[in-house]
Amino acid sequence: MRRMMKGNDAVSEAAIRAGCRFFSGYPITPQSEIVEYMSWRMDEVGGSFVQSESELSGISMVYGAAACGLRVMGSSSGPGFDLLQEGIGYIVSAELPALIVDVVRYGNGLGEIVPGQSDYWMVVKNGAHGDYHCPVYAPASIQEAVDLVSVAYDKAEQYRNPVIMMYDGAIGQMMEPVVLPEMKEHDPDKFEWSMKGRGGEPQKQITSACYYRHRDPQVYVDNLRTKYRTIEENEQRWESYMADDADLIFVAYGIMSRSCREAITEARKQGLKVGMIRPITLYPYPVKAFETLPENLKGFVSVEMSALGQMVEDVRLAVNGRKPVYNYATGKMIPDTEEFISYMKNVLEGKEESV
Amino acid sequence: MAKDLLTPKLVSELNRFCPGCGHGLIGKIIAQVLEERGVEDRAIQVYAVGCSCLISTVVQADSIQAQHGRAPAVASGVRRARPDAVVYTYQGDGDAAAIGLSESLYAAYRNENYTAIFVNNGVFGMTGGQMAPTTLEGQKTATSIYGRDTSVTGQPFKLAELVAQMPVAYVERCSLTDAKHIAQTKRAIGKAFDNQLAGKGYSFIEILSPCPTNWKMEPVDAYKRLQDIVAGEYKLGVLKDSEEE
Ligand SMILES: Cc1ncc(C[n+]2csc(CCOP(=O)(O)OP(=O)(O)O)c2C)c(N)n1
Ligand code: SF4
Repeated sequence: MRRMMKGNDAVSEAAIRAGCRFFSGYPITPQSEIVEYMSWRMDEVGGSFVQSESELSGISMVYGAAACGLRVMGSSSGPGFDLLQEGIGYIVSAELPALIVDVVRYGNGLGEIVPGQSDYWMVVKNGAHGDYHCPVYAPASIQEAVDLVSVAYDKAEQYRNPVIMMYDGAIGQMMEPVVLPEMKEHDPDKFEWSMKGRGGEPQKQITSACYYRHRDPQVYVDNLRTKYRTIEENEQRWESYMADDADLIFVAYGIMSRSCREAITEARKQGLKVGMIRPITLYPYPVKAFETLPENLKGFVSVEMSALGQMVEDVRLAVNGRKPVYNYATGKMIPDTEEFISYMKNVLEGKEESV
Repeated sequence: MAKDLLTPKLVSELNRFCPGCGHGLIGKIIAQVLEERGVEDRAIQVYAVGCSCLISTVVQADSIQAQHGRAPAVASGVRRARPDAVVYTYQGDGDAAAIGLSESLYAAYRNENYTAIFVNNGVFGMTGGQMAPTTLEGQKTATSIYGRDTSVTGQPFKLAELVAQMPVAYVERCSLTDAKHIAQTKRAIGKAFDNQLAGKGYSFIEILSPCPTNWKMEPVDAYKRLQDIVAGEYKLGVLKDSEEE
């Protein structure tokens, strides 16, 4: 059954239906709907909700419940997401699954409450210290977000690593028709590591893997390398749109990819051969999408709602010098079709500088 | 009594604390209390960052290490995830009263149904004996080499008194000075776990404990200081008992 839902509500409901039974969070725009939704919905399904006194505390509660094997979720935005980093780093170190959602707002410090994509560095390149990655899903529609929630839980458990879903405030707050999955039960006791009291067995420890699980330094290193290499090999997701024969390929994710797609459709009508690669995973970055390039390709444009252009670094790594890369950082604005087309023309006419 | 304290099966032979450290003794008391109630197999211990973290090598219950200061929040998550577990936190004074003060007070404020063990040794033990909120006036530490100047740093921090302001089940301050006080510490910890088992809510036990290494004292002198000086500033006794209100 299709129904109209707000992005944040739909993601919350999708998490519940994937078996999430613990949520703790703290209000911040444009993420607050998640906290609000979970506050009553967890009750209905017999799960637990805590409005924490801070994000530091909230993510710590999420860590505790994750250690007990529950499917858990935390979420925040901007300055609140900064405070989640400590807990995310510990959840990673203890090799626990969790789903963390960043509903991105724009700007530095307190910033603004308008949508943005300027959390790329923090989320994709990690805000906490140490050697790790979190798989990052960047849906472009509410339906895609809903579908990726259960994928995210499965991957988090498969790799014993938290997974982050990152979308901007526009996707979080707009309404779209969505089909929700069936309710799924999750058994917290299915893991040998879940905390429940030792029950006559030897003591279990949840702490950084370097102390007990992978105490041998080489085992520790090998485990991390194997984990992230496997993720990089098997978990890349992307969508290509009219990229096969393109003269110019845009790289855009999330909300930006929607305007970009419209502009490309219109540009094609005008005879401009442009296309798009839309990363769905930001870690692992979908480098496979960049393997074979159209013969006539002139370059790539990384387009993002940030002041400096953050993802462009990963585009450059993926392109690896084979073609020029252009950095179309649009601040807090999403270009309209006309602006996109004028940028395309400038690049194709050699009027833009590559990075 | 002393022989008794050495017997819990939950306690491992391995004790990595310094000779004379109070942590090892408290670990044995906790193990004994859990075993006497037959709940050691459903205990989940949430421990902190500091020398206190070595508690899980002494008390062999299922254990989770929280971030520095966040054990009360981690335990709040565990409490909800595992309604049948016997949950307790184990934290030092830097952990619970400095970096984790907010988490400590909010867990008490929510009257979380778990047991909090708070070890006051007056210093940051693990990092080399720096000043803690609990350091006494005039006490020399690695970051107060002329003695703690309370006109700048504030007075010794009374976490138990603060927690007692919250709607909690029980707050008591105990000490490890001698056999009599150790027996009282055991009774207090026992009561704190009984409260949890009866669903009465949050119980907080502060324990004055020696850190001979960073106090730069022989263990015997450290226990004497605990009695003569520390317990003078930190008054022992029950600070709150909801049953008696
Ligand atoms: C965020 C963070 N800051 C600082 C440290 C360093 N650190 C480790 S233990 C500790 C102090 C612990 O002191 P206390 O809680 O009194 O415990 P004790 O060692 O005395 O048992 C500090 C500051 C850390 N691990 N994490
Ligand atoms: S440094 Fe102090 S608190 Fe730490 S183990 Fe040694 S005596 Fe105990």
